[in-house]
Amino acid sequence: MNILWIIGGMALVTYIPRLLPALFLDRFQFPGWFRKWLRSIPYAALGALIFPGVLLVDRDQPLLGLAGGLVAAGLSFLNLHITLVMAGSILTVILVQFLL
Amino acid sequence: MGSPIALGYFPIAVAFGALAGQAALTWWEAALMSLLVFAGASQFVGVSMLLAGADAIQIIATTFFLNLRHLIMSLAVNDQMRDFPAAWKNFLSFFITDETFALLTLGNQLQREPRGPAYMAGLMLTAYSGWVSGSALGGLGAEFIPSQVTTAMTMGLYGLFIGLLIPSARKSIGYALIAGVSMLLNWGLGHLMDAGWAIVLATVLAAVLGIPLMGEEL
Repeated sequence: MNILWIIGGMALVTYIPRLLPALFLDRFQFPGWFRKWLRSIPYAALGALIFPGVLLVDRDQPLLGLAGGLVAAGLSFLNLHITLVMAGSILTVILVQFLL
Repeated sequence: MGSPIALGYFPIAVAFGALAGQAALTWWEAALMSLLVFAGASQFVGVSMLLAGADAIQIIATTFFLNLRHLIMSLAVNDQMRDFPAAWKNFLSFFITDETFALLTLGNQLQREPRGPAYMAGLMLTAYSGWVSGSALGGLGAEFIPSQVTTAMTMGLYGLFIGLLIPSARKSIGYALIAGVSMLLNWGLGHLMDAGWAIVLATVLAAVLGIPLMGEEL
């Protein structure tokens, strides 16, 4: 029973922050600077999600994540489709794990 | 378009289910957590805390702070859903994760048609089904996936983030600058506070750079 309470609590505190903007965002007319801030969020969030997290893909071996990240960046620079970028980074990690 | 995420989620979800099994959760409790919470990092942390003997309040409070970053991401996603009926917005907001947010906000170059509720629901539910089914399978222990595979698939999700960011960064030095500053801020702040807070603060602060850098309506 205890575990169900924990799951329920986790579900609630996770959904509420996700839901709040849906309830309130269109009630307000935001000034220009706020809209610019809002449109900058994806780039800022992606940056923070990537680094330094990518180095922790394997906690004992930061170079593994670095190698995968560099390959992903390289493939992406070549304008390859996102699934190929993902596949390239995955294969890099498998290959490096195999070699180490 | 949700299938790259589902593919990346699946083995990680299996690992989650397996960890949950160690913490004495049944397979259906692991699946239920994935079904109702749908936030990978916090589920791993929650189950690890359970293993370490933490109590319910501690686990729920940690979950809240870890997932607060979705509030910021939800602002950006809901900005795209302004014209959707309210019920759709409330429903779709449940499925905002780091990955679905990244695809929906920066995946524009992959999809030209306007993105209605059905498109967003398709993307999100595909990712969701990978996460929930993987958790159930991991909890059952029906299939053992070696840790090397999980590591490689985790890399795949970072590959997704990088593959979404680079094309935007190439289009505008401003976007690249915002992302780069956010990385440095997150790295620095990570020494001062836990990872969940560092991501929230780095995102909020680095996005301020966009106020002078962003053009009018782009």
